[in-house]
This record gives sequence, C-alpha cells and structure tokens, in this order.
Amino acid sequence: MEPFVRHTGLAAPVDRVNVDTDAIIPKQFLKRIERTGFGQFLFFEWRFDQAGNVNPNFDLNKPRYQGASVLLSRVNFGCGSSREHAPWAIQDYGFQVIIAPSYADIFYNNCFKNGILPIKLSEEQVEDLFQRTYKNEGYKLTVDLEQKKITDGSGLSIDFDLDEHRRQFLLQGLDDIGLTLKHDDAISKYEKAHEQRLAYTH
Amino acid sequence: MAKKTMFEKIWDNHVIYEEAGKPSVIYIDLHLVHEVTSPQAFEGLRLSGRKVRRPDLTFATMDHNVPTKDRFNIADPISKQQIDTLAQNCKDFDVTLFDLNHVDQGVVHVMGPEVGLTHPGKTIVCGDSHTSTHGAFGALAFGIGTSEVEHVLATQCLQQSKAKTLEVRINGKLKPGITAKDLILGIIAKYGTDFATGYVIEYTGEAIRGLSMEERMTVCNMSIEAGARAGLIAPDETTFEYLRGRDYVPQGAAFDAAVAEWKKLTTDEGATYDWVVEFDAAALIPQVTWGTSPGMGTDITAKVPNPVDFTSENERKAAEKALEYMGLTPGTPMTELKIDRVFIGSCTNGRIEDLRAAAAVARGYKVATHVEAIVVPGSGRVKLQAEKEGLDKVFSEAGFEWRDAGCSMCLAMNPDVLSPGERCASTSNRNFEGRQGRDGRTHLVSPAMAAAAAIAGHFVDVRDWKFRVESEVTA
Repeated sequence: MEPFVRHTGLAAPVDRVNVDTDAIIPKQFLKRIERTGFGQFLFFEWRFDQAGNVNPNFDLNKPRYQGASVLLSRVNFGCGSSREHAPWAIQDYGFQVIIAPSYADIFYNNCFKNGILPIKLSEEQVEDLFQRTYKNEGYKLTVDLEQKKITDGSGLSIDFDLDEHRRQFLLQGLDDIGLTLKHDDAISKYEKAHEQRLAYTH
Repeated sequence: MAKKTMFEKIWDNHVIYEEAGKPSVIYIDLHLVHEVTSPQAFEGLRLSGRKVRRPDLTFATMDHNVPTKDRFNIADPISKQQIDTLAQNCKDFDVTLFDLNHVDQGVVHVMGPEVGLTHPGKTIVCGDSHTSTHGAFGALAFGIGTSEVEHVLATQCLQQSKAKTLEVRINGKLKPGITAKDLILGIIAKYGTDFATGYVIEYTGEAIRGLSMEERMTVCNMSIEAGARAGLIAPDETTFEYLRGRDYVPQGAAFDAAVAEWKKLTTDEGATYDWVVEFDAAALIPQVTWGTSPGMGTDITAKVPNPVDFTSENERKAAEKALEYMGLTPGTPMTELKIDRVFIGSCTNGRIEDLRAAAAVARGYKVATHVEAIVVPGSGRVKLQAEKEGLDKVFSEAGFEWRDAGCSMCLAMNPDVLSPGERCASTSNRNFEGRQGRDGRTHLVSPAMAAAAAIAGHFVDVRDWKFRVESEVTA
C-alpha cells in the first residue's frame, strides 16, 4: 500500500447524516470481481437521474468541486453494508481524505486498508469546515498526518486525533497480513492447543 | 478472579498476541464466504502466492446474486461471472461450497446456524455486515471488509482492537403477537442507528430468555443497524436444544462436554459493562419504519412524523429528505399507507418460524389485487421444511409467489427489484434509499405485519387480525 504522509486538495461537501454504503455505491455495481474502476459509480443515484443524466444540484457535480480529494460529511458516515467497494469507489473517484464527526466501524476500518484517511472532528469543527467550503470557491485543505494537523493556508489550523497504530500503518503503508504472519508460530501453537474445539466432525 | 462479561471471555479465549497500543491478533474459528465480497480477496491470495490457511474452517455459499426463480438461468452475465468465480475459487483453494445444487445453499447467515457451524464461544466472521446474526448463540460474530476476508483466508486471524461492552437490558415480557423484529426495530427507533458504534452489545433480560433461537437471530442480526460491532445473547437450554443433532455439532458425549464449556461463557455475576441501556418490552407494539434509515421507525398506531417536531437541525433535515424520498405527508396514519409490493425473507426474517408466522396470517385470505408479494425462504432447508408443512400451498393459494432461497429483494442484487416509486412492506433489515431498487420505498416490518399488509393492501395492526384456521378455510 502507498504510504500516506501529507495531502493537499480541494474540499467537497456531501451534506447528509448517516450516509450509508448503499448510497456510496449501489448494489448493482458490486458484481465486478476487480478492485478497480468503481469511482464512476460513486454516489450513483445522487449524481445521476434515472435516465443517466447528471444531477446538477448534487454538490459533487458542481464545477467548483471538480477534482476534489477531501470529502466532508456528517455523523455515522459509511453505515450499513460492509462492502469494501465503498472505500474503493471513494478512492477511485479521487478522494484521499474524509472528514466527518463519526463513522460506522466496518467502513472506518476498511478505509485504512486502502490508504484512505478518515478524520474525526467534532460536529462544530465539521460544520465550520462546511461553511468555509461553501463560502470560498476553490477551498483547499492540507492534511498532515505526521503533525496530525489540518490547515487551509489562510490561518485555519485544526489538530486531529488518531490512534497511533493506525497513524503508523498509513504513514508506512504497511501490509497487515505480513504483520500478522510474524506471529505464525503463535498461531500454530494456538491451533494445536485448540485442535479439538476447532474441528468440525461432519 | 476478575469478573468478566461474555464478550471478554470469548475475546480472551482467542487472543494470539497482544501489545499495548496496538490491535490484538485474534484467532477466527469460522469464516463464512459469499460471492460478492470474496473475489478480490481470493485474487489477492493468488497475487501474493498465499494459500487458505484453514480451508476446514472456511465455508462458502452463493446468496446475493442468486435468482429466486429459474435459478440456474442467470440472465445477468456479471452476476453469473461472480457466482462462477466463487465456485472456481472454492475449487482452487479447497473450500467447502454449498452451491446452487446443494440443499444447504441459502443466505449465509441462515445456512451457518442451520447446519450447526455456529457454536457458542466461537469467533465468526464473514464479508457481510449481518454476520452479527450468529451472536444469538453467544458467538462473537461480526462483518469485515474484503481486505480482511483476504487476511482471514491467509492467516485465520484478524487484527482487532477490543470493543467496549454495552448491555441492552430488555425489561418485561413481549405481549402476544409482538415479535423479535418489533423488538429490535423498537430499540433502534429509540436509541438511533449509531448508538452502539464501538460496542459489542449483549442483550439480556426476561424477554430475551423467552425468545426462540430464530427470534434471537432476528434481534442480533440488526445489531449492525444500531452501529454495534456485534450483538450477543448468552447461550442457555434453548441454544443447546437448537444445536443438538445438527450436522456440524459434536454428537453424544462430545456434545455434553461442549455444553459444559458453553455454559461457562455466560457473563459473571458482578461483571460490569462499559454502558447499560434499558428497554421496556411490555410497552412495545408492532413497529413499522417510515424513513430511509432503520432508526426512522414508529408504532403502527402512529402517524408519519412532522420534521418540524425534531429538535436537532441534522435530524430535521434528514427527516425532510426521507419524507420526500418516501413520498409521505406528515400526519398520515401509518395504517393508511398503501403498498405495492411485499417481500418476506432475508437473513433477518427468512427462517421457518418467520414463514409460519406469515402463513398463519395469510391462511384463507387473498393478496390485494394491486399488490405483488413474494416469499423467499432463507435456505434450501427452510424451503423443504416449509413445503413439508404445506406453507408453500398456503402462500400460493393466497396469491404470494413461492420462490427459491437467496438474499433476493433485501438488497436486490438479483432480479427481484422494486420499480421507481413502488412502496414495499419488507421483512428485511435496511430501508436505505435505493436499497431495494432505485427510488423504491421500503418499510421494515415483521413477517406477520408484511403478510397482513399484502392482504389488506396497506399497513394494518396485526394485533387486530382475524386468523383463519384450516377448518374455516376448507369449509
């Protein structure tokens, strides 16, 4: 996985609470057997109408948010289905950072597996970023994972918190299967000790 | 010795490695696999030259894409490719697969418990958020993403941070006719869709003890709709009797020995949870959702809420958007909402007891002429059992379509899809926008409520239902 150290990019709003993974990527697009190419389907039913025309009222479709890479949203982002196609779609569309007050567990975890940084801020801080994004066309944020800081180049500076292990995981772009396999002997020992309990006698 | 909750006992039994400030490496006893979230994981194994570490602890079935009629004729080539890919992967990696020809093919969370793969005290994962279902047995069961599916295939372990513990204490007894579905919908309506984020729930109390295993599965299934990592119910005699004699359950003396171990899993008296919430079961009446999030639910006797009555700005905006999407006017009685479609099935409510409850309502009645209703058994075995009991005939005679097993219209990846604007009474678990089909309008209810709505053509309070017995029907 590519390390994540620092990122500067255009902020774009998806101003809703409880954005679920069905909305992020509808099920008709989960049939592919590859990890790539999901960006075109991101927020599909919000971006396009039934005839496939672009919905001009959806923020991500507005010219000012083209090329955005920092996604702003509200509480409980990524709730619902465990589909990792959701972070794949978000990343493939171009987002590298998400900022929201809270996330659903599985989605949050899936982000780190793909080198996406989901940042948690207070509802007030997120509201402030929404307002700044709405007011200033071309509003960019810089996210520095080493410093755990968000800045906007015009004086804003917000510290964010992140579990240290997760931070190192992103900074170094680690392979966690490799990390677990360092404990191969312990796993084998556990399997031996629990042989009887684990066995399915069918 | 320190007092422990059930979650802590199961967790401690599975820790391979732990270090302060890092997630623990925990062992996974059972890995269930389906066709949608696994192809990229198997591909990852191939690319890195890894094998499945424990194919004997890995079981697969296809459920999401499967057509529920003419199942061997899969019209969508991409669906077919995904199903074929699972079959090939299971063959290549030596994983047991319950395929479309197998009686145990079905929704993965119906199949696992039914064949006896789900045992108390096990750690169980699947690339599917409704893995929480298996918690009904006192197993620590949770959904994972595809990267973690690959991780478990390769290592039989996961890196996990220990969740916090939450007791959801259900006081009092459910009134007659009030189901496990009403209970979990009621809890989520009261506490919200993210109140349990970061927690493993343990459901306790008199009402829980009184539930059958299938009802407990309905409750644990929707723990994820409360945001929980997992939901647990302590195993008891109901659990052991359910398990006894099933295919993958130890037999004879080995069963007795297993039961003795399973009994030790119960939360110690005096152990403390990180958080406790309470819910009054006795006051509960049938539930129905009105919005686009499972927490947007209310009593069947209530009216569509008015967004202005919500105190927080975010909730008000969410309610406005939901009512617009759902095509609802505030103040309309829930019982006046006319429906077009009915779906009875899913990992939440596709088991034999669910079908019995729906059939009891349907017996001797006809589905309203403007309603299209389907019944999709959760597995091949559920289907066989229902047919043995003649439930298929009850449904068919009433005008419900009797289908083959699969996830079907719960998420509409197969051909069972709502058309834009259609309103559906559904026994599934999610009423998200587009979940059952673009611009489809989903109302979550219990199987009995869904069957009653199919016949009346609109929602009704099933407590007022006039059940017809066999003799009245044939007379």
